Amino acid sequence: MITRRVFLLFSAASAAHAQLPPNIGELRKQALDEAIRKVVGGAEVRAGKVKLDIPPLIDNGNTVPLSVEVESPMSAADHVKAIHVFTERNPQPYVLSVQLGPRAGRARIATRARIGDTGAVIAIAQMSDGSFWSDTVKVIVTLSACLEEGLI
Amino acid sequence: MARVVVNLPAEAKKGEVIEIRTLAGHAMETGFRRTQLGELIPRDIIRSLVCTYNGVEVFRAELHPAVAANPLVTFTTVATESGTLEFRWTGDNGYSASHTASIKVV
Repeated sequence: MITRRVFLLFSAASAAHAQLPPNIGELRKQALDEAIRKVVGGAEVRAGKVKLDIPPLIDNGNTVPLSVEVESPMSAADHVKAIHVFTERNPQPYVLSVQLGPRAGRARIATRARIGDTGAVIAIAQMSDGSFWSDTVKVIVTLSACLEEGLI
Repeated sequence: MARVVVNLPAEAKKGEVIEIRTLAGHAMETGFRRTQLGELIPRDIIRSLVCTYNGVEVFRAELHPAVAANPLVTFTTVATESGTLEFRWTGDNGYSASHTASIKVV
């Protein structure tokens, strides 16, 4: 027999489920993999050459300073063509993508990002020879972007 | 009127790598926030920033909602010749802003 109390408990639980898809972590991981595949194609992404500089502990996810520097001579024959930044746990994985060339002189960019939740931030550099290099930093966010209405 | 700020040296040696910092005043509304009544606030962001040096494109950035409000983008370029650098931001709802700065190369 279903008592009133049990019925209310069940209805509250199903209402909470209706707001978010149950496997949101998995969906975001798929979106990230898809976004990276779009940039990289079938090429292999190796760790190294890229230095992603971002604070490991973030008080306020609404404004997170980050910079990406890539080791490269930036000559006509050997330069960085593009730098892409992704996050693991935002509603969308993209943060920023820039296109550079030998006229940049040095492969270093900086910006300020919104980070939604504790997770990885990934920078991928595309070289002129077609290879891809990356750097991943795990960050801890205490105050998420997206949620804090009054603070934006 | 859109407000933008660009910071770069007024004078540089030929071949020197100069750092350019750009800042545009914009809320970068993500499209994921809701009002107190639960209505979704539509997305309104700056989508791209392009820098041309004497008419030649030297830098292009594509921005997404995960870039913080008042987007700051810092990059570098080689001072090749005296002239002007033009910066152009474009975004949702017909947003467009531009700025020109001149540089003297000695």
